[in-house]
Amino acid sequence: MTVGSAADVLAQACSEVREAGPDDAVAGIGPRFVVRPAGLAEAAAVMRAAAAEGLTAVPRGAGTRLDWGAPPTSCDLVIDTRRMNRVLEYAAGDLVVRVEAGAGMSQLAAVLAAAGQRLALDPPPAGRRGAREKPGGPGTVGGVLACGAAGPLRLRYGTPRDLVIGMTVVRADGVVASSGGKVVKNVAGYDLGKLFAGSYGTLGLIAEATFRLHPLPEAISFVTLDARDPAAAHSAIEAAADSPLAPSAAEIDRPSRQAPVRVGILLEGDPEGVAERSARMTRLLGGGITSVSPVPPTWWGRGAAAPGGTVVRIAFWACALTEVIAGIDDAASTAGLDPVISGSAAAGVVHAAVDYRAAPDAVSRFVLSLRAAVGNDPAGGPVPPTAWPASRASVMVLRAPPDVSAAVDPWGPVPGLGLMRAVKDQFDPEHRMAPGRFVGGI
Amino acid sequence: MRSAKIDALAGRMTRICGPEGVLTDPAQLATYECDGLTSHRCSPGLVVLPTTAEQVAAIVTACGQAKVPFVARGSGTGLSAGALPRADGVLIVTSRMRSIIAIDQRSRRAVVEPGVTNLAVSRAVEPFGLFYPPDPSSQVICSVGGNVAENSGGAHCLKHGFTVHHVTGLEIVAPGGELTWLGDGTGATPGYDLVGAFVGSEGTLGIVTKIIVRLTRIPESVTTLLAAFRTMGAGGSAVSAIIGSGILPGAIEMMDALAIEAAEAAVACRYPEGAGAVLIVELDGPAGDVARETASVRGICEAEGAYEIRAAQDAAERAAIWTGRKSAFAAVGRISPAYIVQDGVVPRTALPEVLDRIAELSAASGIRVANVFHAGDGNLHPLVLFDDARPGAEAAAEELSGAILDLCVSHGGSITGEHGVGADKSRYMPKMFGPDDLDTMQLLRCAFDPAGLCNPGKIFPTPRLCGEVPGVRREPHPLVASGELDQF
Repeated sequence: MTVGSAADVLAQACSEVREAGPDDAVAGIGPRFVVRPAGLAEAAAVMRAAAAEGLTAVPRGAGTRLDWGAPPTSCDLVIDTRRMNRVLEYAAGDLVVRVEAGAGMSQLAAVLAAAGQRLALDPPPAGRRGAREKPGGPGTVGGVLACGAAGPLRLRYGTPRDLVIGMTVVRADGVVASSGGKVVKNVAGYDLGKLFAGSYGTLGLIAEATFRLHPLPEAISFVTLDARDPAAAHSAIEAAADSPLAPSAAEIDRPSRQAPVRVGILLEGDPEGVAERSARMTRLLGGGITSVSPVPPTWWGRGAAAPGGTVVRIAFWACALTEVIAGIDDAASTAGLDPVISGSAAAGVVHAAVDYRAAPDAVSRFVLSLRAAVGNDPAGGPVPPTAWPASRASVMVLRAPPDVSAAVDPWGPVPGLGLMRAVKDQFDPEHRMAPGRFVGGI
Repeated sequence: MRSAKIDALAGRMTRICGPEGVLTDPAQLATYECDGLTSHRCSPGLVVLPTTAEQVAAIVTACGQAKVPFVARGSGTGLSAGALPRADGVLIVTSRMRSIIAIDQRSRRAVVEPGVTNLAVSRAVEPFGLFYPPDPSSQVICSVGGNVAENSGGAHCLKHGFTVHHVTGLEIVAPGGELTWLGDGTGATPGYDLVGAFVGSEGTLGIVTKIIVRLTRIPESVTTLLAAFRTMGAGGSAVSAIIGSGILPGAIEMMDALAIEAAEAAVACRYPEGAGAVLIVELDGPAGDVARETASVRGICEAEGAYEIRAAQDAAERAAIWTGRKSAFAAVGRISPAYIVQDGVVPRTALPEVLDRIAELSAASGIRVANVFHAGDGNLHPLVLFDDARPGAEAAAEELSGAILDLCVSHGGSITGEHGVGADKSRYMPKMFGPDDLDTMQLLRCAFDPAGLCNPGKIFPTPRLCGEVPGVRREPHPLVASGELDQF
C-alpha cells in the first residue's frame, strides 16, 4: 500500500487528518499521520481504517505521558483525542460524571468544582525530559486512565482504576464496546475499565469514562515536618497512617542524600474538623513540625514530575519504606548518582528522579542494581510465604532519555506475564496498538 | 448416572486430595447441588475438597486433560447460582483452605486462603486496630474467595468500597492449570490490572488460592441512627438531602413497611410503629467529625419529617438497630411462603420514581413487594413475595422481577449491584449490554479460558467461541444455528 492510499482511507474516516510533523514524535518514533476524531463514531471509523491499512497506532491526549514506559517499536498513526473533550453527563446528585477521554483533567475539575465536587485524583503534571523541562499540564482523562497516573490522594481514594465505574472503548478492529455503567454499585459483566486502566494504549482506545465523584472538602491542611533521616520519616509516616485522623495523603520528599526528609500529611474535611485534626496530628507527630497550612508545600506531590531526565517508580509494601530508601541510596551511590526521592510513602509508592545530565550507563546501573536489591521475583510471588511480610518491590522506569531506555527494560519482571500476553493477543491480535510499549515487550 | 469420564477422574482426584478430599456418594453430592439460590439445583458429577494451592492446580490440570468442566465453590452463600455445579463436571470446594497465612499490620495487608470467612479476616486483624471493609450480610459464613469472585460489597461499601478496592494481589490457578500470581500486593504493580479484571469475574477466569487484602484502620468513632418516616418519599428525600449536604455516611439503608413487618415478625426488632419507611444511617470517622455529622443528619431527618429518631449509645444498641435490616431477607419467610430477591441498582436520584413505579407494578399485578435497600448507592433489594403452592404464582413473580430489572436498566442502572449474574441473570445481560459489549468482555474469558471449562455457562447468555476473530457477526452464532443454545 502507498502512503497516498492510507491517507485517503483515513480522510474518509476522519474529518481532521494531517501528515505528522517533528513535534508529533512518540518517544523518538516519527509517525506518518495524526488524526483528530470528533467523537466516538469517527474514532471507531479511524480504528477500522487503521485496521484495514495495517497501521500501528498510539492514542495521544495532551501528550504529557507519551514518554512513559518503553518507546513503541512502531507508530504509523497518532490518534489525538482532544476534540473528544465533552462532559457527556453530569448528575451532581448522584456524584457521577461521564466524560470523553480527550477532556482535560483541569477542564473537568473546573466543571465539578462549580458543583462542589471533584474527581479525587491529583496526578502531578508530567514534565518533559531533558533540557526542555517545560512543565506539562496534568493531562487528559484518557491519558491519566491509560497510564494509571495518580498522586498523593491515592492513599485515601486510590488510583484511576478505583474511581472508574464505566468505560467505552474502541477495539483495535474498530468495534465499540462498553462495560460497567453509571452507578457505583455494579457487578454485571467483566470490568473492562479495570483492564484498560494502566494499559498504556496497548489494548485499544479509551473513548469515554464514567467516574464516581466525591464532595470537595471545605477545608484542607498540610502538616509538614523535616525528619533527620529516612527512619525518622518512616516513623512519622506510620504514625500518621495508623492514626484515627483519616489523612488523605502522607508524602515524603528528599532533594538529596544529605538533606533532611520532608514529611507532609494532608487532612481534609469541614473547617472545624480540619483544625481539630491538624492540632491532634501536630501533637501526635511530636516536635519538628515546620508548618500547618492550607497551602501545599512547594514540593508537594511532585512525584513523577520531579525535575530529572529519568524517573523511576518503586512500589512496595509500606512497612519497607526505610529499606527501600536505603536500597535507592546504595544503588545510587555505586552509580555515582544522587536522585531526588519523593512520593506517597504511606501508600507504598515513591519516585527516584535522576538529573537529565547523568551518564546513561550510570543510570542503567542504578536501575539494575536497585532491581536486584529490592525487586520482586514474580515467579515465586512477592516473597515465599515463610518470609512474610514482603519487603520486595517493583521498580519501573517511568520515563528516561533514549540512551537509558535502550539499555534497560523500563518495566522489569511482572507476575502473570503469560496471561497478560494472552489478553493482548485477544484484544489486539495484530499487535498494532502501541506495540512494544508495555511490559514484556507487549 | 455418572459418566465413565467422571469415574476415571475420581480416581485421579483421590491421588491428588486423598480419599477424604473426594466425594462420590450421590447423597453427599446432593448437598452441594445449589448455593444460596435454591431455585437453581444440579448435583455435581464429583466434589473435591483440596487443602493446598498445588492440589487445586493438579485438579484443574486433570480436568483440562479430561476435558471436564469445573466450578469453584466457597461457602455456597451466593445468590445468583454462580456456584451451581455441572452434572458433567467437578465442583471444587475451597472450604478446607481456610488459613490466614500472614498479617502485615504495618503495611496494612493480610494474606488469606480463599476459604477464610469474611468476618474472620476482620476478627483476626482487630487487635491491630484494623478491619476488612467489605461486609456482606452473610459475612459470618461467606468466604473471601467467594467475595473475590463476586466483587462483594455490603452495607458499608458506598464509603469504603467493594472487594476490588481491597484486594491487591491474587494467587490463582488459571483455567489451564498454571499456578500464578496476579499483582504483588502493593496495589501499584506494573502491567495489566488482572487483579481488577479477575475480581468480580464470578469464577470464570480461574480459581483463587491466595488473596492479599488491603486492611483499613478501624474508625475512631461510629454512630448509628434509626429514623422513622411516615412515607417512603420522605425517607428518600432525607437520603438525597444527606448526600447533597456533602456528608458521605458509612452506610444508609432503607426498609419499607412490608419489610419492617417481616423483620418484626422474625426478630422483634421493635422499629418505631407506623413507619412507612425507616432509615438506618451510620457515620464513621474521627470523633469530632462524626459528632458534627450526626447532628447534621439528625437535623436533616427532622426537617424531612422523621417522627422518631434513635441513636445507638453503645455496641449493643448498634447491633439492635442493625438486626432488623440484616434479618430482612430471611424474615420475609415469615410473611410469605416464597420470594424472589432482586439486586437491581438505580442512580440515587431516580430512587423515588423507581420506588413509586415498583409500587404501581405491585398493585397492578397483585403481587406484594417488600423493599430493603442500600439507599446511599441506589442498590435495591425488592423482595417479590409469592405462594409457590399456587399455580402460576412463581411465573408471575418472575415476570414482575424481570419488569423491575427493566425499570432499573431504563433509569441508567444495573441488573446486579452485588449478587452477581451467575446462572440466574445471564438472560438479562442483553438488557444492559449490546452484542459487541458482551463479545468484547468475552475476549478476556478467551484469554484465560480458551478451552471453556472454567465455570462455563455463567454470566454470558451466549458463549463466544475462542477461535473466532473478533468482529461484527453477520450470521447466527454456530451454537444458535445448531439449536444447542437459545439467543435471548
